[in-house]
Amino acid sequence: MAFPQAKPQPPQLPQHLLRTIDCHQGAVRAVRFNVDGNYLLSCGSDKSLKLWSVGRGTLLKTYSGHGYEVLDADSSYDSSQVCSCSSDKTVILWDVATGQVSRKLRGHAGKVNCVQFNEEASVILSGSIDGTVRCWDTRSRKYQPIQVLDEARDSISSLKVAQHELLTGSVDGRVRRYDLRMGQYTGHKMKGYKLDCCLSNKDTHVLSCSEDGHVYCWDLVEGSLSLKLPVGKAVVQSLSFHPIETCLLTAMEGRVQVWGAQPEEAEDDTLAT
Amino acid sequence: MAAGGDSDEDFVSFGTPLEPLEEDEPLKRPVPLHEQTVKDEKGRYQRFHGAFTGGFSAGYFNTVGSKEGWSPATFVSSRQQKAEKHHARPEDFMDEEDFSEHGIAPREITTSQEFSSSRRDEAAEKARAVSAQAALIPGDTLLEELITPARSSVGIDLLTKMGWKEGQGIGPRLKRKPRRQLKDGGSRKSSYVLPPTGSEESEDEDDEEFAPENVTFAPKDVTPVDFTPRLGVQGLGYRGLDPGRALLGRAADEHVNLFRPQSETRSRLFGERGRSSRRAGVAGQAFGVGALEDEDEDVYHRDSMSRYDTVLGEEEPGDGLYGWTAPEQYTRRRERNKDAAYLGKILEGFTLAQNPLEEKTIFPPPTLPRDYRPVHYFRPKVDVTRLSGVSSALAEALKTSKGHMVPEEPQQGGRHQLDSGQRGALLGEDVLKGPASVLDLLRPDDRQRLLSLRNASAHKPCRSDSQDSSQAPGPGPVLPASGLQQQEALAAWRGSSSSSSSSQSFKPFEKNPSKQARYELYLGGLRQGDTGALEQSLDPSMTEWERSRERDEFVRASILYRPSSSSLSSRFTRGELQEDEDAVEVSRDQEGERDAKQAAVQMKMFGKLTRETLEWHPDRLLCKRFNVPDPYPGSSVVGLPKVKRDKFSVFNFLTVPESRETAAPPQPLEPGKKSRWDVSEQEKEKKDEDPPSQAVSEGEEQSSDKKAEEEEEEEEQRPPMDLFKAIFASSSSEKSSSSSEGESDGEEGDAKEEEGRKEAVKLFSVAASSSSSAVTSSLHSEAAGSSQKSAQDEEEFGPKLPPPLPPAAAAAARGGAAPRYLLPEEEKTSRRSKEKKHKNKKQQKHKKEKKKKKHKKHKHKGKRKKEASGSSSEDSKEDEDDVQPSTDELLRRLKSIRPPQIW
Repeated sequence: MAFPQAKPQPPQLPQHLLRTIDCHQGAVRAVRFNVDGNYLLSCGSDKSLKLWSVGRGTLLKTYSGHGYEVLDADSSYDSSQVCSCSSDKTVILWDVATGQVSRKLRGHAGKVNCVQFNEEASVILSGSIDGTVRCWDTRSRKYQPIQVLDEARDSISSLKVAQHELLTGSVDGRVRRYDLRMGQYTGHKMKGYKLDCCLSNKDTHVLSCSEDGHVYCWDLVEGSLSLKLPVGKAVVQSLSFHPIETCLLTAMEGRVQVWGAQPEEAEDDTLAT
Repeated sequence: MAAGGDSDEDFVSFGTPLEPLEEDEPLKRPVPLHEQTVKDEKGRYQRFHGAFTGGFSAGYFNTVGSKEGWSPATFVSSRQQKAEKHHARPEDFMDEEDFSEHGIAPREITTSQEFSSSRRDEAAEKARAVSAQAALIPGDTLLEELITPARSSVGIDLLTKMGWKEGQGIGPRLKRKPRRQLKDGGSRKSSYVLPPTGSEESEDEDDEEFAPENVTFAPKDVTPVDFTPRLGVQGLGYRGLDPGRALLGRAADEHVNLFRPQSETRSRLFGERGRSSRRAGVAGQAFGVGALEDEDEDVYHRDSMSRYDTVLGEEEPGDGLYGWTAPEQYTRRRERNKDAAYLGKILEGFTLAQNPLEEKTIFPPPTLPRDYRPVHYFRPKVDVTRLSGVSSALAEALKTSKGHMVPEEPQQGGRHQLDSGQRGALLGEDVLKGPASVLDLLRPDDRQRLLSLRNASAHKPCRSDSQDSSQAPGPGPVLPASGLQQQEALAAWRGSSSSSSSSQSFKPFEKNPSKQARYELYLGGLRQGDTGALEQSLDPSMTEWERSRERDEFVRASILYRPSSSSLSSRFTRGELQEDEDAVEVSRDQEGERDAKQAAVQMKMFGKLTRETLEWHPDRLLCKRFNVPDPYPGSSVVGLPKVKRDKFSVFNFLTVPESRETAAPPQPLEPGKKSRWDVSEQEKEKKDEDPPSQAVSEGEEQSSDKKAEEEEEEEEQRPPMDLFKAIFASSSSEKSSSSSEGESDGEEGDAKEEEGRKEAVKLFSVAASSSSSAVTSSLHSEAAGSSQKSAQDEEEFGPKLPPPLPPAAAAAARGGAAPRYLLPEEEKTSRRSKEKKHKNKKQQKHKKEKKKKKHKKHKHKGKRKKEASGSSSEDSKEDEDDVQPSTDELLRRLKSIRPPQIW
């Protein structure tokens, strides 16, 4: 994941609603950008996973095969594969082009909250309500996880993989960082846990969706609230920030909103890229 | 003895039972036709052509016997070497299959030509030849030859050479008289039987009549018992149609004389019932009424009493020469009365037994005692007392349920469960006056030497693996397994409250009160987290072996019966608020830790105080998938090796310079690596007093360092001042418990820093002087420069250390808690420093020091606050003052500098 150098100008925040996509798949449980930010995945509560074009807002593909509502999804570095997890305790690896299930991984004892590829999409990591993170191998034909990280005392709520490190957030109030290279993990005690999904931009701001229909945006360093973005009346289920640009996705009820920094030209930029 | 439990064992089973049918098992599919294979005896597959097209294939694909086919015979014939004429026999074209039992030319063992007499009656042959010539039909002899009996065998030849003639018996010639006498005794032993034809009977009588005195007779010839096996499928006693009798007319109803075996009627009655046809014709038993028989009324034989004798008449038949193989008619004569019962039933070829079977004497079973109860109670296999988690009431119930008849269990168990002292006490012996241990036999100086040696050896391992449990092993080796178990036991019992569990705990050694007392002592130690409890609780007067056995027992028992709350608590986090304080109690260590973290969180000091680092082993495959070298190449452990905890302490920083200077090769996971946790701050600081041990542990630390990375090499020049500073700061802050110096510490940073550095250097050099730790050159110069100065500082420094711990804790501190996994921290610092490499090095150093110091201070402040329950507002304010700038600074830096990777 190569990130560009920090720009000198102060970072902008996505404040303008560019478009709203009605997903027609029930409540959208999670919305995710793909690696380059041109596509988005929406995880619906009607057991389907949908792939959309961010720029045009058109539906590209629907992936159905889950037995219960889809809770999270992630796309591989080359966008050839998508993994998704669901309340039906399974993690499914999809082939993007054909929309077929290329692998269905069972093993979690409860619904799977979050899923992530590693950098090379050779491992799928999934965190479940059963308090374990399972590492699934996508290269071999084995259907057993490579390793089960069961250090968490409670449900795993979020998961992030970066290079050789793995960050897990658990409902037991801790963030655990597993460092494969060092062979250790660091537990970090937190005061509380976030209610909703929380993502960061170019590491300058922390964005969090809230139950009051707003997206809150804090400055990472100062901790001051820099933006309170009203999305709607209902709960903001999920949000996802564009990996490069100032673009935000929010999911509320059955719709996905795309937010940009500038009203129109931002959209043009997005289209251009 | 007819208890239900016994009935199973009474059965005798033959054969192998069928495999039990599985319920879920699908029915076995019959092998389909195309999968059924036939192999010949050599295991080659045979193909089936169909029954009408040759059966199975033969040879090599229906051709010949080999893949190469016929190998052509090389026919060579020259003038000198004439080729042999080869006569091919039919056998040459047969294979083993043809020669086998069911083949076309079965081979069987027969009498060879040699053993049948080769001598022929030449005269007779000649005569026959002549007669054949003279006969009306020229080929007449052919028929005669057919009729000619088989050649006489060798045995017959021999016999005839010895003077035997046909029709005679075999044996020495006998006079009449002795033969007569022999009749009684020896006759049974002679093994030949006369055919039951009537002719000899008269002969016998003749013999008896005219017996000259001086004439010897050949013994009577007997017909041998027919030992030919039955070949047919007919039942026993069946006799086929006898064509020889077919033409004999017979009187219809002859009187049956049962007691004259030779009588025709009788034999017919027994053997040839069906032959009672009045008319001539083939008759027999075989097929009911034959075609030539005109009446079939007699198929169902009806007997009439008129055919029987009504009076027992005594008649001596012939001689009594015949032995046990004698025809039934002869033997029956002996026990006539008995025979009568069997008359109709004796089958051909069978005789009645001469000697009745010996009756087995059956002894009546013994009379049972009156109060005997035929019930057997099995003693329960599991010793009740060993059951874990069984309530005492249940144990009692189990014990009583052993049955009424079982006598009260001996108070002390078996003889072997007592130790020697107890046995002696039972026997009333005096305690032997003697050396309690082998050590007493040694000379004092030898003993001293031995003890010191043993202590050294005992301390080293426990430092290397720094297990809590093995800290106080004292004398005697502690097995690694038991050490682990001890660890487990300690973890299990630590949380349990002493009051609740002692009142209702399960007593595994109830039978042995002194042992139980020792066990409870041990449990008490466990509850307090005393790791040396095991050794203390053991009886020093016992022998080494007994002690080690008891040690094992205690550990096992404590693990088996552990408080259930502790076994569960390993899985769950404790609630923030404890509703009932008395029910659950956290041990001192954990509580302190919790408080520290909680306090840190409440003070919004996220950072080191709220973090912990544990050793974690990723799966090898996972490392491969992440393109990361396996951090523990030799380890088979996956995940967390054990439940362990690490806290940041002074030693995390202390070891950093050492690990830098020796870039030791990566070493596979040491056994001791696993455990070095759960050491309270106090104990760690206590370690300062123990420089040699620390040096040892640090030496190990060096060797186990594997992640000496390149950036570390770069930074080697920079003296790790901040670390010493950290040490100093901690001690100074502790020293200045009045907190007035804390403020000044924050403000007049540099001066103080300088001083602290010297002190730290001093301290460190003491700690690591023995090891080869050459701190970087600049550091050395500085240290040398301020050596005199630091000498007095040291004196000042010394008393700051916490007072010596109680012996148990001291033992714990000595053994455990070698700060081992400091690498992460080290790397973290190095990484961070790498980020800032573009900055001025000096400035960076300065900043870092400051930061570190602050962290240190926070930590200690937090601790102090915990300890001093009355939290001084002054302190907290000061803390906040300290915190604010540092976090701000950190964040600002973070904001301005983008790290290479994003979290």
